[in-house]
Amino acid sequence: MARQLMRGNHALGEAAVRAGCRYYFGYPITPQNEVPEYMSGRLLEVGGTFVQAESELASINMVIGASMAGGRVMTSSSSPGISLKQEGISYLAGLELPAVIVNMTRGGPGLGNIAPAQSDYFQATRGGGHGDYRCIVLAPASCQELCDLTIKAFDLADKYRNPVMILGDGMIGQMMEPVEFPEMTDLASLPAKDWTLTGAAGRPQRTILSLLLDPKVLENHNYKLVRKYDAVTLAETDWDTYLCEDARLVIVAFGTSARIAKGAIKRVREMGLKVGLFRPKSLWPFPTKPLEELSRVVRHLLVFEMNSGQMVEDVRLAVNGQAQVHFYGRPGGVVPTPEEIAHQISHYYYGAHLNEDGPSRARLVGGLS
Amino acid sequence: MKQVFKTPQSLKPAIFHYCPGCGHSIIHRLVAEAIDELGIRERCIGVPPAGCAVLAYNYFDVDMGEAPHGRALAVATGIKRVLPDRVVFTYQGDGDIAAIGTAETIHAANRGEKITAIFVNNATYGMTGGQMAPTTLVGMGSTTTPKGRVAARDGAPLDLTQMLAVAKGSVYLERVTVNSPQAIKKAGKAIKKAFQVQLDGLGFALVEVLSPCPTNWKMSPVDSFKWIDSTMAQVFPLGVIKDETGYQEAKGGGE
Repeated sequence: MARQLMRGNHALGEAAVRAGCRYYFGYPITPQNEVPEYMSGRLLEVGGTFVQAESELASINMVIGASMAGGRVMTSSSSPGISLKQEGISYLAGLELPAVIVNMTRGGPGLGNIAPAQSDYFQATRGGGHGDYRCIVLAPASCQELCDLTIKAFDLADKYRNPVMILGDGMIGQMMEPVEFPEMTDLASLPAKDWTLTGAAGRPQRTILSLLLDPKVLENHNYKLVRKYDAVTLAETDWDTYLCEDARLVIVAFGTSARIAKGAIKRVREMGLKVGLFRPKSLWPFPTKPLEELSRVVRHLLVFEMNSGQMVEDVRLAVNGQAQVHFYGRPGGVVPTPEEIAHQISHYYYGAHLNEDGPSRARLVGGLS
Repeated sequence: MKQVFKTPQSLKPAIFHYCPGCGHSIIHRLVAEAIDELGIRERCIGVPPAGCAVLAYNYFDVDMGEAPHGRALAVATGIKRVLPDRVVFTYQGDGDIAAIGTAETIHAANRGEKITAIFVNNATYGMTGGQMAPTTLVGMGSTTTPKGRVAARDGAPLDLTQMLAVAKGSVYLERVTVNSPQAIKKAGKAIKKAFQVQLDGLGFALVEVLSPCPTNWKMSPVDSFKWIDSTMAQVFPLGVIKDETGYQEAKGGGE
């Protein structure tokens, strides 16, 4: 299929439909209104169901019901709305129900503003709701990747019976880029689900329960989830690197920030600065191991986020003191330019004397393992 | 010899955990009987609440999916939208349906969701130990209104079913009780009719059951039954609140 120029939020909707999503429940909030608007029309065309719910709480609980009944289901929102959905996300994780949840993050806390931000990293990667659980969190950095990761999100959700969150921001959702979509998924080709509630016809009763009153039973359930999360970590950790081969300084950034950082790296490379980019595509599971390996070679990392410092904690945990971890962030919905980031990079680069040859403080000889 | 009484097929042969004199056991049976009589057990999906009836899946022998407190009708909406040919019911208490889940309830009714809701009103938060419910009567004691509910401070009891009547999508709303053999018979007919409304695709149906809670009312079961007639039904009058089914008396067993 030919490439189409599309707004991110529309590309997300189309990708979901192509992935076999036939059920969408949501509530309007800027900057993601184009998602429910697109789904309301598109799902009619493919015989799906769209419900504009009375609240975020209602919509995430409709997602729970649709998932119990076996549907490929999605909801989307932006920061304050995602906070409201946390109750249902905790239940989805506890009930082991697949669902895709999209957060086109805006500035916070509170009502904040409607500008692009990355300030929901903690909420997304730590679970967000109550209890001991994880969401798989994917962070796209372009409209094409938004499409690709959305399709992947539905597959991961079904594979692991776990909620998957797409963590974008107002920028990813609003910008227009060419996107190439895959063909429509044949719904009959999707793996059968042997756990859904369909009526006990010719089989014993099925229940999907999250109340496990006996602590030993709940502990077993928690350990079952832990084993699942371990399997996800082994198989689904995803990241990207750019110009890291000779880098003395590596920028660590995700989503829109990574994109801005890439522009900045192109600029400073022209000035001869050896700078690369490490971009986590899965925020949970976080690419701890690849980052740890990188930090054995590159001793200076600059974490750049559109918040006041959240992913930087995961970076510090990953490198565990092996590298210097520096942070630069802009909270509140401010989107810095590549020039601003280039300035930050060169300021740090020269300040740490990374331009000087000599004792290999910046980079161990031998390259990446 | 003709068998005149047996355990409904939709009810498991389990011993109820409910307190002596509690209405839940009777209401469970009535729901199970309605499901049996309509022959829909194998395509029924139930949504239990958070509350005393949270363990309803231990008793109903149908598929059941647990909802967060108050969200049963939103969860049921999701199930019904994916499987429109299945019969979906919620079983909710007063705190669940008329306090924390008020928005979900009103909007499910307003959308005319083809769902059957069983609303068990016992005027108290039973499972958490007898705190004030949205339906607690004025003057009635509770662990959070130790000297009785005061309307000016705590609000007056909320008549949710009456509120639902103004929603265009609600088709059948009736308030019944289970404090006498006659009342139980009438309640059974109403519950069956509420399922029939769904089978006929007419819209939202709800049966509110005034249900005794001797434990938290601190009364004997017999006194609880009497109190429903003498006091509770004065505030929540029994009878059909809305009926746009157009059914003749015989169909669906309506009164």
